[in-house]
Amino acid sequence: MPPLLEVMDLHTEFRTGAGLVRAVDGISYTVEAGETVAIVGESGSGKSVSALSLLRLIPDPPGRITHGEIRFAGRDIMQLSDAEMREIRGGDIGMVFQEPMTSLNPVLTIGRQITETLEQHRGADRYAAHRRAVELLGLVGIADADRRLRQYPHQLSGGMRQRIMIAIALACDPKLIIADEPTTALDVTIQAQILELMKDLTRRLNVALIIITHNLGVVARYANRVNVMYAGRLVETGSAPEVYHKPRHPYTQALLRSVPRLDRPRQERLDPVEGQPPDLMRLGSGCAFRPRCRFAVAACEQAQPPLEQAGVAGHLAACFRSQDVCREAAA
Amino acid sequence: MSAVGRPLLEVKDLRMHFPITEGIVARRLIGEVKAVDGIDFAVRRGETLGLVGESGCGKTTTGRCILRLNNPTSGQILYDGVDIAKMERKELQALRRRIQVIFQDPYSSLNPRMKVGDIIAEPIKVHGIESDAAKRAARVRELLSVCGLNPRFADRYPHEMSGGQRQRVGIARALALNPEFIVCDEAVSALDVSIQAQVVNLLEDLREEFGLTYLFIAHDLSVVRHLCQRVAVMYLGRIVELADGDELFGNPLHPYTQALLAAVPVPDPSVEAHRTFRPVQGEVPSPINPPPGCVFHPRCPIAVAGCKQARPALREVRPGHFVACSEVH
Repeated sequence: MPPLLEVMDLHTEFRTGAGLVRAVDGISYTVEAGETVAIVGESGSGKSVSALSLLRLIPDPPGRITHGEIRFAGRDIMQLSDAEMREIRGGDIGMVFQEPMTSLNPVLTIGRQITETLEQHRGADRYAAHRRAVELLGLVGIADADRRLRQYPHQLSGGMRQRIMIAIALACDPKLIIADEPTTALDVTIQAQILELMKDLTRRLNVALIIITHNLGVVARYANRVNVMYAGRLVETGSAPEVYHKPRHPYTQALLRSVPRLDRPRQERLDPVEGQPPDLMRLGSGCAFRPRCRFAVAACEQAQPPLEQAGVAGHLAACFRSQDVCREAAA
Repeated sequence: MSAVGRPLLEVKDLRMHFPITEGIVARRLIGEVKAVDGIDFAVRRGETLGLVGESGCGKTTTGRCILRLNNPTSGQILYDGVDIAKMERKELQALRRRIQVIFQDPYSSLNPRMKVGDIIAEPIKVHGIESDAAKRAARVRELLSVCGLNPRFADRYPHEMSGGQRQRVGIARALALNPEFIVCDEAVSALDVSIQAQVVNLLEDLREEFGLTYLFIAHDLSVVRHLCQRVAVMYLGRIVELADGDELFGNPLHPYTQALLAAVPVPDPSVEAHRTFRPVQGEVPSPINPPPGCVFHPRCPIAVAGCKQARPALREVRPGHFVACSEVH
């Protein structure tokens, strides 16, 4: 059976006054039905743009998907008409964004925002839509549904708003939910509630989840697979335990070493990734991580290392020296 | 007490209540936000005290009261024995040479129209410490290199720098007056993971080199554990637990601290796979109308009837370990 989502050699560019930015520069990955895939990376690594590209939500101009293929449930997303795209967004693919306050409409009641989705996508009548909305609120753990449905977004707390976003994303029984930093704006105890809810619901309803985050702990707790991005490219991908315990790319390794951990004795000093994040307008021909890399050799300056198998099946890294990275970690 | 044994900063029963008013012409008081509602703690010379808690718990307001960016409603803030809460303008100006601040957002806390060199030189100018421009420029170059930046950055504008570099500029500005005490308000929260560790190391180096004392306000518990000798946990305007870092993280006693620590995911899938985890229920109540008694009781897994009546005092249950919970013995 083909995977639920297949992304092949996706390129997204932005034309800005200062020059061309290749925000996503040729990434390929797959998502199986019901699986949770995390995309991790730092600001500007292209993780959000890559996810928005899947839904063709890149503002044009200045942005444009210049190349690539996106196959979702057997259909080629790039070939669909705008009307068909609207069917998919909020239908088969749900979305949860970082800032629930800015992604909910402030002048519509919560109830209207949920029933609107159902009426648009499923042709439900008002009565059926309302019944489904009450059911959805129960699903995302909001009590007193009738009262809540009459309220406006500003009357709810941040955690409650994010639950509403999840209810909207789930409204039409999607096959895939894309969650872009869903808990970054929330406090840690609320973050835990929301993530547990998303994990529970995606497992129970067999929904695949792409979660975009910079929090390595969240990835470790919730993801089956991890895609690590740096400067618009996928530098490492594999199962979460493989990537965390046997990183094959120097960036992944350095990133994991740089975070202080509550489960380990306190270190004398943190071990940071040296240097500055890359300037996407001034990337040379070679590997973008080279200026910060301990393993860099002459070859890294010449060409971009391809994403190749490194380690067990399904574990890929884009580094000429991935074997040395792994060997050093083991030593 | 002698000046040697006395803590550098002592906060006693500090309260900061913000009025909520209604009406345009005749303002009527309709309520109060009890952002900080009676807290006590001390910061010893040379240590880093962490102040942690979730948004709205009052940690930032506490920092702003110490800097007198807010005028506290009541209570004492003794800095080296003198009450900051009662200081007049002149005294405050002198105080600000000794207390400085590093803000969270390196994008909004630097003036975008000033060159980096002028941003760092401004406090030196304002306080009339060095009138000679060439000597000021030399001091700026020195501060930049102390903070790990190339001295040539003095001629750049903030927008030409990355987030991590800007935060280093903010640190250099805080150091310009040779302060003793620095309030770090979420100083590394806005930075990317790979840059955060660089800035944490810089803050540690500076503490040692210049004998600084920090109040480190943050919500990231792993960073706080790494950087702080002692930690105070705040919830809804009150301190619920205060202890040495190792003690607090190794043996948290207050149910809120326990919930907070359990909620932090560890970056290791094998550890996470074996952790049983139940997130604490409910949300933080409004500080306008906080629950009676212990403010945590509506969410607390071990609450008893008495928790609704009496506000638990911060008690020393073990040497140096203070907890505000009647059910912890």
